Amino acid sequence: MSLWPAETQEMAKKLIGRYPDPKSAVMPLLYLAMRQDGYLTEAGMREVASWTGHTPAQVQSVATFYGMFKTERLGDYLVSVCTSISCMLLGGDEVLDAVEDETGVPHGETDAEGLFSVEHVECLGACGGAPAMQVNYELVEGSTPDQARSLCRWLREERPEAVNTDAMQEQFGGRRSFDWAITEDNSAVGPYPAFGPYGTLRRGDT
Amino acid sequence: MTENGSRIASPADLSARREQLIAEDVGIRRILVCSTGCLAIGAREVEAAFREGVAAADLQGEVQVVATGCHGLCAMAPVVVIEPNDVVYGRNRIKYVPDVIEQTVKSGEIIRRFCFGRDPEMAHLGDIPFYAHQTKAVLRNVGRVDPQQIDDAIQRGVYEAAGQVLTSMEPDEVVEEIIASGLRGRGGGGFPAGLKWKICKESPGSTTYLICNADEGDPGAFMDRALLEGDPHSVLEGMIIAAYALEAAKGFIYVRAEYPIAVEHIRIAIEQAHERGLLGPDILGSNFSLDIEVREGAGAFVCGEETAMIASLEGERGMARPKPPYPALRGYLGQPTIINNVETFANVPVIIGQGGVKFAESGTEGSKGTKIFALAGQVNNTGLVEVPMGATIREIVFDVGGGLPKKREFKAVQMGGPSGGCVPASYLDLPIDYDSLREVGAIMGSGGMIVMDETTCIVDIARYFISFCAEESCGLCAPCRFGTVRLKEILDRICGGRGTIDDLNDLERLAEVVQKTSLCGLGQTAPNPVLSTLRHFRDEYLAHVADRTCPAGVCTALLPEKEVATAAKEG
Ligand SMILES: Cc1cc2nc3c(=O)[nH]c(=O)nc-3n(C[C@H](O)[C@H](O)[C@H](O)COP(=O)(O)O)c2cc1C
Ligand code: FES
Repeated sequence: MSLWPAETQEMAKKLIGRYPDPKSAVMPLLYLAMRQDGYLTEAGMREVASWTGHTPAQVQSVATFYGMFKTERLGDYLVSVCTSISCMLLGGDEVLDAVEDETGVPHGETDAEGLFSVEHVECLGACGGAPAMQVNYELVEGSTPDQARSLCRWLREERPEAVNTDAMQEQFGGRRSFDWAITEDNSAVGPYPAFGPYGTLRRGDT
Repeated sequence: MTENGSRIASPADLSARREQLIAEDVGIRRILVCSTGCLAIGAREVEAAFREGVAAADLQGEVQVVATGCHGLCAMAPVVVIEPNDVVYGRNRIKYVPDVIEQTVKSGEIIRRFCFGRDPEMAHLGDIPFYAHQTKAVLRNVGRVDPQQIDDAIQRGVYEAAGQVLTSMEPDEVVEEIIASGLRGRGGGGFPAGLKWKICKESPGSTTYLICNADEGDPGAFMDRALLEGDPHSVLEGMIIAAYALEAAKGFIYVRAEYPIAVEHIRIAIEQAHERGLLGPDILGSNFSLDIEVREGAGAFVCGEETAMIASLEGERGMARPKPPYPALRGYLGQPTIINNVETFANVPVIIGQGGVKFAESGTEGSKGTKIFALAGQVNNTGLVEVPMGATIREIVFDVGGGLPKKREFKAVQMGGPSGGCVPASYLDLPIDYDSLREVGAIMGSGGMIVMDETTCIVDIARYFISFCAEESCGLCAPCRFGTVRLKEILDRICGGRGTIDDLNDLERLAEVVQKTSLCGLGQTAPNPVLSTLRHFRDEYLAHVADRTCPAGVCTALLPEKEVATAAKEG
């Protein structure tokens, strides 16, 4: 018996159907499980195993290999600050300090309230707009430490149900990497990236 | 005539559709208002003023006001570009809008006082150094098309090369064309793409798989992100051509999950290509069929390595496997598999369009075509730069990049990410290609160029890269797993003011062991940043261990106390 609602099971079936071997679908299914429970629970991983034909131990060993599969509950907002080379040269560490100080959460941790998780990450491919950060994997480029603080305050005060790059960039960002405006109409609804096929995004109201 | 949204049945149909789209746009000119970097300086208001001005002058049928991204001229913000001649004006204010509409939009006159440097010689986008020194081939559509609209791509000729290949070339001919072009893989290794395809075609197996490596993880690299976000259809077109040449029926795009916009854009592109019959069964009436599946990574750098990527795709931990066998012989599910980088695929339609031999005329002896570099760090114009192979570092950093901010001294450029090295100022005039960079201890890598000025400590940079590799090591083989950690400890000691001359020798010895004995490219190349900096900046290492100073003033343990206090205050 599956733990998942019918709709999620439908998605799982579809995802598996896209590969010649069901084991290949383990990562997409882990994203699906994260969306289902907010993070990867033991039960969620067992469920994934039952779909792909892995043993539960194998699924767990895959999940723990990857940094973005979270096996512990995170805050509503996962703030990831890039401290990789280009950002390091242009003040990424100061942005991280500001975020840690404003949220009161040291990197690698989550606050007691379950609002913020903070981490420092490697290059986000946004070096042209360094320093860069992400909130629930939605990118904000060119922020100063002060803007990063305001961003955290805004999250705390407004508690937006979903976040997206465009809105945050406009209020709290600066120089961006690219020569084009990206029209985004979807938003991340939790501490996992907004991928439509896994039900992890919300089509924007914009 | 092909209707909007319907299937395109043949190459002739595709051309007709393109003609029709071009015809629909005749007479429409656009005013492009920068709406990203310039926002803070009133770009929204300027954009609104242009809309009102266009309406007031009764020009709506001919002129569109469009918000675009940064033009790379932030010092002149807010910037507008006026088609058809790409007249560029800076420092726009609402009160200037009526003059611009009256004189430039209506009468085509240049208004000198709004030009870059008030210089009418700089009146057009192509006159601005950032653009003038570039050759946009692979990036030709990026920033010019709406990546969510397949019609924009079709209008600019995307899929025509695929149409030509699918209906008038044999698979082997396509491989020969790519071999003739001299195209080398853009993902870092620089292996000749055509040769790899040929090997794959000769490998036994029941199915051939095609994988596009979009796991772009090198710190400092963002070329692939730009292509996927900005021109996803050209990447798909390259994959269609490759799949046809290899007779593969299934393709994957393995893209890093940290790029949700790239994921979204490529998914939309695939969906639209299916609707038009450019993917799926019987593409353009050729009998050739192809499905492409997007696979998101989950934040493991090592999965960019091809055998690790295959393990990851198969549903295992993303750990490297011993080579040989190479994936071209035994890859995904044991079948022949071609893995190429995003930019490699994006070059394929360019090659087919102009012919392999013509393509091979540009570039250098051993490196053909153009290369996209991601310019970042302490440089005025960051962003993507596409230049012919053989351009010099000076051209990229100073002519295109506009030099360093605050008139600071150029110290080095880091090229090739964690597998690369730091190239010092003495090589500014080195023509860049795969081979020349190797000779100076760096590599082309995927194309990241991080510019560093005199306030950057080279030892600290080496330490950064080695700790990156130590963190990202998959842990399977001991030299990489323990060797990188040991190297990091030594560098920590040197930066912490506790290093000795012996440490420098230990670094070199250990680096060599890790290079020679690691299982995959991660470990084999991890020591490069250490070795290249030791080679070009030995004096700076010596200053740390012998004189106990950090010339750049970065390593706090080595600064006199007074400076530490001021550094803390400034920071
Ligand atoms: C540790 C490591 C990471 C790599 N990461 C990438 C990457 O992010 N993107 C990429 O295209 N190639 C990467 N490569 C190179 C791939 O293994 C492979 O050579 C490449 O995708 C082949 O494509 P190409 O011939 O078109 O360059 C990496 C290699 C190593 C050793
Ligand atoms: S180094 Fe931070 S985005 Fe690239």
